[in-house]
Amino acid sequence: MLSARRLSLARQSRQLFSDVSFSLEPGRALLLQGRNGAGKTSMLRILAGLSQADDGQVLWQDSPIQQSENFHASLLYLGHQPAVNVELSPTENLRYLCALHDDNAESIANILVAVGLAGYEDVPAGQLSAGQQRRIALSRLWLSKAPLWILDEPLTALDVKAVAGLEKRFKQHLDAGGMLIVTTHQPAVLPEHATTRLELSCPEPESEASA
Amino acid sequence: MTVWLETMRRETLLVMRKKSDVLNPLVFYLLVISLFPLGVGPAPETLARIAPGVIWVAVLLSVMLSLERLFRDDYRDGSLEQLLLSPHVGAGLILAKILSHWLMVCVPILILSPLAALLMGVSPPALVAMMLSLLVATPALSMIGAVGSALTVGVGRSGVLLSLLILPLFIPVLIFATAAIDAAAMSLPYLGQLALLAAFSAAAITLTPFAVLAALKISVQ
Repeated sequence: MLSARRLSLARQSRQLFSDVSFSLEPGRALLLQGRNGAGKTSMLRILAGLSQADDGQVLWQDSPIQQSENFHASLLYLGHQPAVNVELSPTENLRYLCALHDDNAESIANILVAVGLAGYEDVPAGQLSAGQQRRIALSRLWLSKAPLWILDEPLTALDVKAVAGLEKRFKQHLDAGGMLIVTTHQPAVLPEHATTRLELSCPEPESEASA
Repeated sequence: MTVWLETMRRETLLVMRKKSDVLNPLVFYLLVISLFPLGVGPAPETLARIAPGVIWVAVLLSVMLSLERLFRDDYRDGSLEQLLLSPHVGAGLILAKILSHWLMVCVPILILSPLAALLMGVSPPALVAMMLSLLVATPALSMIGAVGSALTVGVGRSGVLLSLLILPLFIPVLIFATAAIDAAAMSLPYLGQLALLAAFSAAAITLTPFAVLAALKISVQ
């Protein structure tokens, strides 16, 4: 179980969110919503332990994530950047990521076929399209056994078929007792009955704010 | 252990794919060295006199040149976040990354150095001292440089800042390395200087990975 207690964050003297608390049970998904610049990515980075909140704490199985022994092993975080090196092929990229996260690297070839990258296994990722690069990153959803997924805009640049595949995978993960925290502007991909929505609504800035 | 090997494998592959990252510092090194005889004049005694300093300064600058890219691509494409979120993240994993930098940048410089010494007319005993000083001191350069690289990776166009941070820390290496070569050229014992350089490297190898890890965490925030 992941829970957040009274999280607050200010950026450039603007309060993005304050006193946000929630807890996420196994089998549930949390959908973070809010307009651009509302602090969705910042929130996800705090939940993953990449950034610090100004106030409050994140607990994994009742201990703070910084001290938790198995938090990193239980987490699959896919950020804004796909973590795909453009010089390396999809297979090489995934081999490294699997080694980093103790995932099973043997099924990489099968999964690349499954996500529609058959025939591109040995092409440098830089020669692939944005959607294909995103698919490389998302392959990890099939390789990883982590119970907690934190995904930042996973659907960016994906086509309809890939979105449908992802929707199926989300459902599978939740049915198996996994946890999911997502920001997306296409909330339909999450099963309605298992999803909690969290709206981040900081006051509208007077001038255009940076994300 | 697998993570270690996979990290080294990945870094090696990246160097093979993007050769300019390694060739740039090497070409720079040889160009600087080859310009000196043209600028100072080809008199062997003058060249041999300034050779230790010139060669070592060229080494420092070439290593500097290669440091900016150490974490840059990983920072941009998000790989660094994944590294920091790995259950294996720790000084050991960072060490693997820096070790591959040393292998890919410093070892080629080491191999080319006899050629540089030939251009500068370095005497055989001084050449031995020079090679030994490069061998024991370049790990310190990679390690200390990695701290600066990790601190500045989040800053766009960090070249100048990186030099300002790192070059002062390279100065002790420069002083003792050139002192060793000078001593060798005068047939004096130089083991003392070499031992100091080796101590410097040993301290850097054991301590800087922790600093690099902390710096990367700050940069990714």
